[in-house]
Amino acid sequence: MMTVSSIENGIVLDHIAAGRGMDLYKALGLDELSCLVAVITNAYSKKMGRKDIIKIDAEIDLNLDIIGYFDPNITVNIIKDGVNTKKPKIEPPERIENIIRCKNPRCITTVEQELPHVFKLTDRENMVYRCIYCESKAK
Amino acid sequence: MRNLIDILDLTTSEIDELISVANDIIESPKKYAHKCDGKKLATLFFEPSTRTRLSFEAAMYELGGNVLGFSEAQSSSSAKGESVADTVKVVGYYADIIAMRHPKEGAPMVASMKSDIPIINAGDGGHNHPTQTLTDLLTIYREKGRFDGLTVGLCGDLKFGRTVHSLIGALSRYNNVKFVLISPNELTIPEYIKKEVLEAKNIEFVETASLDEVMPELDVLYMTRVQRERFFNEQDYIRLKDSYILTPEKLLSAKKDMCILHPLPRVNEISVAVDSDPRAKYFVQAQNGKYIRMALILKLLEVE
Repeated sequence: MMTVSSIENGIVLDHIAAGRGMDLYKALGLDELSCLVAVITNAYSKKMGRKDIIKIDAEIDLNLDIIGYFDPNITVNIIKDGVNTKKPKIEPPERIENIIRCKNPRCITTVEQELPHVFKLTDRENMVYRCIYCESKAK
Repeated sequence: MRNLIDILDLTTSEIDELISVANDIIESPKKYAHKCDGKKLATLFFEPSTRTRLSFEAAMYELGGNVLGFSEAQSSSSAKGESVADTVKVVGYYADIIAMRHPKEGAPMVASMKSDIPIINAGDGGHNHPTQTLTDLLTIYREKGRFDGLTVGLCGDLKFGRTVHSLIGALSRYNNVKFVLISPNELTIPEYIKKEVLEAKNIEFVETASLDEVMPELDVLYMTRVQRERFFNEQDYIRLKDSYILTPEKLLSAKKDMCILHPLPRVNEISVAVDSDPRAKYFVQAQNGKYIRMALILKLLEVE
């Protein structure tokens, strides 16, 4: 069995759906960090069967809206001096800006310069986000 | 400052108020002939239109105001690459209110975020067309005297038909309205309207491909055109354009007081022979479009 060592000060993102760890890694811009980052895929999970985990060996400001949009079931563990100090509650954000782009070819965002891509949560139960301009569902 | 981007920007009591003012304009047009003296409406039409643009212009002239604008994108600075935001900012220095049609969905909302004067969405791609919905509502109210308890048939292109989507949204706020959705399988109402509007509000609706079967139960029949400009594939358009053609024979089973509406232009989905049927109200509907736009301009300009 492969082991990845614990971190002393940093962040652990746990309970990521198996196979989505790299997508979240990119969405959070972790590829731009200079610190050690470990992406563990297909780890065993009692609850999920398989899961992905991301370990960041530094205290950084994470955009929790991105995580909430990605999957509100992800657990964020803030580690200080080797101890898990807090788990911020992850909620699907009401509004996201420039996290995803509208895919509707008829949307004004395809032509209007410097227009932010904004989506709002229209159905919390089914996690449906819609473009505020053309109301297309986020894909 | 108010804008009209989506029909749901207006409450039902505001819609009642607009219908009441429009009815008063129809009764006493002279009373309104100078309400907008010295005011200017800019019609920014980035996409061709006959009825909507001319009815806005006629509405403003009949209120005593003036009109400026353009009727196609090629004759505006957007052809040079100017943004919607910059266009409306500049037009705000020359006019008091803007009616905008744009092929891109959401363009009028972008305009409303940047404009210093009220914006009226005069149609944005396949998305919204709130003044058409106001026209439809005024016509239904004048013909039927109510919205509550009506059975409304919507026939044709229910997938891309923006007028249908807006009308369902508007009528779903009244009591006991039943929708009969008549379309070929390829052009059925989008899932999100079924789930987020009809099912969410527990509104009765049926979907069918047969107009003949449901004709006898309808109080209102709203016909739509299968629009060439909404298709990316010409073959699909040709295959579906003649799905429903309303003829005097098909109307034999309809109620004597049913009213037939159509946002126009029609191509061939309503036979010309239907025009002389007293139930055909689509030309009256086009005329009502001017009156409800007059009422709307007065409201947004806050003219007493």
